[in-house]
Amino acid sequence: MNQLKEAAIETDVVIVGAGPAGLFSVFELGLLDIKAHVIDILPRAGGQCSELYPEKPIYDIPGLPICTGQELTDNLLKQIEPFRPTFHFNEMVETLVSLGTPEKPEFRLTTDAGKIFHAKVVFIAAGGGSFQPKKPPIPKIDAYEGKSVFYAVRRMEDFRDKNVVIVGGGDSALDWTLNLQPVAKSLTLVHRRDQFRAAPHSVSAMQELVAAGKIDFRLGQITTIEGEDGELARATLKGNDGVEEQIVCERLMPFFGLTMKLGPVADWGLQLNENLIPVDTEKFETSHSGIFAVGDINSYPGKLKLILSGFHEAALASQKAHRYVYPDKKLLFQYTTSSTNLQKKLGVS
Amino acid sequence: MYEEETGVMAKMSFEDAATRYGAEPGGGAPTKVKITFIDSQGQARTVEGEVGSTVMETARRNDIPEIAAECGGACACATCHVYVDENWTEKAGKASQMEEDMLDFAFDVKPNSRLCCQITVRPELEGLVVTTPAQQG
Repeated sequence: MNQLKEAAIETDVVIVGAGPAGLFSVFELGLLDIKAHVIDILPRAGGQCSELYPEKPIYDIPGLPICTGQELTDNLLKQIEPFRPTFHFNEMVETLVSLGTPEKPEFRLTTDAGKIFHAKVVFIAAGGGSFQPKKPPIPKIDAYEGKSVFYAVRRMEDFRDKNVVIVGGGDSALDWTLNLQPVAKSLTLVHRRDQFRAAPHSVSAMQELVAAGKIDFRLGQITTIEGEDGELARATLKGNDGVEEQIVCERLMPFFGLTMKLGPVADWGLQLNENLIPVDTEKFETSHSGIFAVGDINSYPGKLKLILSGFHEAALASQKAHRYVYPDKKLLFQYTTSSTNLQKKLGVS
Repeated sequence: MYEEETGVMAKMSFEDAATRYGAEPGGGAPTKVKITFIDSQGQARTVEGEVGSTVMETARRNDIPEIAAECGGACACATCHVYVDENWTEKAGKASQMEEDMLDFAFDVKPNSRLCCQITVRPELEGLVVTTPAQQG
């Protein structure tokens, strides 16, 4: 098992990020016979489109007068299906090391899940960076993270017979309130208002638990925490009326959604400019040959952070990527409308 | 420029527009208002906001700190949270249901909390004062 895990995955290209720019890169690379593995920290494809605005309409995709973030993602997934990309979700690329030369690049990437990839080229399509849970401004919260403050539940057992405090009013907060209540010694749900933006059945199930005295619901916020060696003991609950109160709190789960952090990309030795990766506008290659950056994460004179810019960049970067992956092959420019070769690849011929 | 023109035009009748772009270039509604952003340390910065744009866009164009606006104005991230000065809460208006929902993801939300991507700059907001929180994301 261990050996299996340690064996490197060989691929033509690793695409970091499964947002629209990353997904369309699969398409453009695929037309040039370049096989892709796609890695994203989120549990699904779509990046910001699915995570931030799945239901909100987008009006500036060429040829699509109106579509939602989710529809665009679904359509892109359908469009790239013929190229059978391999997705690695819930994973973050931690290290990127160059093994090759400028003429013949080669890279080794490792993820936080322990996977190793060997790739000839790398496409960074990481948007604003990786989505990470928002950390509330509670002093010294860092010291408790992973031990008694959690932003996700990895093991239910961590919460057994504990006094648990959950903060938030969305689906995550309510789902974990319902799931942890039977396990926890006590559970307090803290939210700023008496309204919840969660599935109605979760809200009513939570309200029933409150009515039955099985959980405590408090209006307000957590302002300070106390404990020892990473183990929480107490928290200050500041009510909406301004009154502060000490409550027992051994496990704290704050749910304030996600935020974008550049993350490990900053440590890959690439030239950065205000958290963006400078590229040229011919190939969209970074300061390191063989590493391309497309979509919101790159910068160049006149850059517009539009989805359509990411698409254009993916197409041009793929042309150069072909030179690295197939150094001996001549690249013929072809149209999907007329080339039987491309149509065969798309499975429509 | 483009935005400003269309934003203003949308609110004016043809006669108004003719007056504005005709003989009296100075007439008509103002196209810019002053907005003051006070940061969490108490430092105030007064900038001009274009009528028709949003307070968030005004902040971004003027490099106002403590406004992250990660989602770019889609009311989808709660990182352009501001506290509207109490003299302005009425004129700035109340948060919509969507905005209230999104404020659940902001920290230390108060009754005068707004997401400033949802406040459109209007002539009556001349002199608006908002305070930014220390932490957005």
